[in-house]
Amino acid sequence: MRIHVTVNGSPRELEVAPNTTLLDHLRDDLHLTGTKECCDMGECGACTVLIDGRSVNSCLMLAVEADASEVTTIEGMARDGRLNALQDAFLAKGAVQCGFCIPGQVMAAQYLLQRNPHPTLAEVREGLSGNLCRCGGYVQICEAVLAASEFGR
Amino acid sequence: MTIGTSERRFGGYERVTGSQQFVADISLEQMLHVKLVHVDCGHARILSIDTAQASAGPGVVCVLTAAELPQPMPRYGPVFNDRPILAVGETKYHGQAVAAVAAESKAAAEAAAELVRVEYEELPGVFTVAAALDSASPLVQEPELRPDDPLNHTNVLREKRFGWGDVEAAKADLIVENVYMFPMITHFAIEPHAFIAAPEGGGGVAVWTATQNPFQMQRILARMLGLPVAKVRVRAPDPGGAFGGKQHPKYEPLVAFLALRTGRPVRLLLTLEETFQEVRRTSCEIRARTGFHGDGTISFQDIRSDFLMGAYADIAERVIDKSNYLACGPYRVPSSRTVVRALFSHTTPSTAFRGFGTPQVSWAHESQMDDAARRLGMDRVEIRLRNLARKGEAFVPGDTPADGDWAESVRKGAEAIGWGTPLAAGRGRGLAVAIKASATTGASYSIVRLHWDGSATVLAGTSDMGQGARTVLAQVAAHELGIPLEWTTVVMGDTATVPFDLQTSASRSTVFMGQAVMRACQDINAQLKQMAAELHATDAPVVELLRARFSEVRGEVIGVGSYRSEYQPDHPLGGAPSFYEFTCTASEVEVDEGTGEILLVKHVTVADVGKALNPQHVEMQDEGAAVMGLGHTLMEHILLDESGRIRNLGALDYRIPTTKDLPLEMHSLLVENGDGPGPYGSKGAGEGGLMATAPAVASAVTEATGVVIRDLPLTPERVWREIHGKGDA
Repeated sequence: MRIHVTVNGSPRELEVAPNTTLLDHLRDDLHLTGTKECCDMGECGACTVLIDGRSVNSCLMLAVEADASEVTTIEGMARDGRLNALQDAFLAKGAVQCGFCIPGQVMAAQYLLQRNPHPTLAEVREGLSGNLCRCGGYVQICEAVLAASEFGR
Repeated sequence: MTIGTSERRFGGYERVTGSQQFVADISLEQMLHVKLVHVDCGHARILSIDTAQASAGPGVVCVLTAAELPQPMPRYGPVFNDRPILAVGETKYHGQAVAAVAAESKAAAEAAAELVRVEYEELPGVFTVAAALDSASPLVQEPELRPDDPLNHTNVLREKRFGWGDVEAAKADLIVENVYMFPMITHFAIEPHAFIAAPEGGGGVAVWTATQNPFQMQRILARMLGLPVAKVRVRAPDPGGAFGGKQHPKYEPLVAFLALRTGRPVRLLLTLEETFQEVRRTSCEIRARTGFHGDGTISFQDIRSDFLMGAYADIAERVIDKSNYLACGPYRVPSSRTVVRALFSHTTPSTAFRGFGTPQVSWAHESQMDDAARRLGMDRVEIRLRNLARKGEAFVPGDTPADGDWAESVRKGAEAIGWGTPLAAGRGRGLAVAIKASATTGASYSIVRLHWDGSATVLAGTSDMGQGARTVLAQVAAHELGIPLEWTTVVMGDTATVPFDLQTSASRSTVFMGQAVMRACQDINAQLKQMAAELHATDAPVVELLRARFSEVRGEVIGVGSYRSEYQPDHPLGGAPSFYEFTCTASEVEVDEGTGEILLVKHVTVADVGKALNPQHVEMQDEGAAVMGLGHTLMEHILLDESGRIRNLGALDYRIPTTKDLPLEMHSLLVENGDGPGPYGSKGAGEGGLMATAPAVASAVTEATGVVIRDLPLTPERVWREIHGKGDA
């Protein structure tokens, strides 16, 4: 099937099989491998992307469902090689260990800050509760999100 | 001065932009996709495998079963060569592959795997310690796999004894005797296991795998394929979390054989569920009998541990050796007798897992301390301080003496948790310690290249799986060479490029590879000194010297460094521990007696690291370990059904901690006395934070509720049942 999507700001016309998930399409067809695959059942958050600004587990969405929408992946966060405030805060606060969950964490945090630019710690913990980090860097991840929200204040 | 500074992570930019390449992100031209075929129970006799329909499937290139592999089936493992490439005759655990399909696309491989017809007969299985020890149970491993082993007709791989003094003659005013259970838990690295293999020119093979141990992988693959070591190239992109689960070979031999069979690159990505079925921590039952004098000092320890490993030996012998060696903890124990067994079962092969047997034994020795303190009417911190080995004391007779001021860690932890201050209703506090013997024997090599412009490339075989080894090794090199940190690059993860390193395990890299890098830099500095003398420019800055000598086209300075600890055949661990990893954990909890839920109010870990080369990296690892420890303490356990299948297979049913499970307040404190063997007095770190979590939290729960629980995890149901006198279901 043919779909029209805007991927990280670029309008694209794409051919996708009707049973392909958005995650597989991003990774296998568009080679946007920053979005990670882990549980493949919407539990771990590693595959989080934004669809029209809303966070979505891309493993639970078919690529065809993204027709006529705007998809933002981790590759669309930095502009001209410059990290955005959130990405920079993740590094400054030591929130990144192995890094496998980090694209999903950044996208979930981006969505959280769009809805709530100045969250409390409890709101950050709630907002990121769907993103697993086995390195256990949650304290630093939450600190990074709070720091990025301060930066935007 | 970069040492002791919280420098930003090397590789951090790649990790926050999605450009970091993990194995599953690598795609090769003409690459085939592999899917495994399993049967739906733990132990089964394979009657027949019909691959005809699968082989005829669209895009299918190869369907491999045991019959198509060399005979006898090549077997492998880190210590024992017992694991077959594919199941032969029987499956030994739920999830073991009986066939593999290689096809042009993921979808084609998945579809064809469904078409492989496996006829099998389910057999009775061994899934518990009791079953493993029952002589009526089936043997998990064929006796002919270890023909000279007197235990080969049992499900015991090894029984080991250690100790000193005379336990039978020891006098005690109080004897505390209890049984402790530690569950099976899975590593759950967020990156599921992924493997790629491709034929290489010159008759070789290249394998990409997220391994902590590329050189062991290279050695094992070379032996299995009958190739010289130099013809096997193992590329180890930074693992997306490992925690011990990526230390030893899994399906690398299978993909290597498939690549050579098909002449094409092949890639196998395990699902998270398949990953669960391949790696876990050894579960354990510990019977501890501890004698105390009236003043709380320990008279003796008499401990029997049974570790239930899985279907293959993997590294289990080393796990039981190391845990049994320090089963008495960091205490002064006049008499000790510790006996440990590693038992086979028809379950997921257990392997290395952060803490390596220590969380299991500390669960017992620390809970025993609390039990004694309660019965003697002593303070739980005081009883520990009274028994802790003092710095320099040979608490394991004849071995590396206590190498830290451990009481300092305990006092720090007690103070941070507010020990002795009034508690709110429904709350309790606990404090526990643990100790792990670090790396014993082994070698690490490094090559450092100082380029003509003063920048440096460090070659190191360490795997950076999140602990930040790349950053710390760069800090060491920059400091030693006197160059800015930004001028260093660290190359890792390719056996064709970097020199030998034993492995990335046992928190050894900062000490072993750190020393190797430091020595390589010292080698360079010695050459520079000589160069300066030859050029009559002893006062010239290094960069000027390099430019004068090499300009842009005439070379560079190459330094080589190594650090090794020799094998000692008479030592129970094959060598004295290079250092001890010591932790103190303190926790304050609030228990909801109506639901059994535990709220962690505050959680503190103290790590004795000698010197924190990058404090932020140490703290993030220590807190991360603490969060992981909260998993096995509060919620994680693999549950098996009567056929040995994992009932809570996958992220939905096997819970690991999320942001909502965090303690309300969490702190990681460091003790830095510069008393370690690593660069600048450092010791290894990163495992300690989870080694004493369970006994600290359980002790707090006991203070809050009055109930004593000796089985993990402390799920709400278990806590509620204990509080309400219902016992275990």
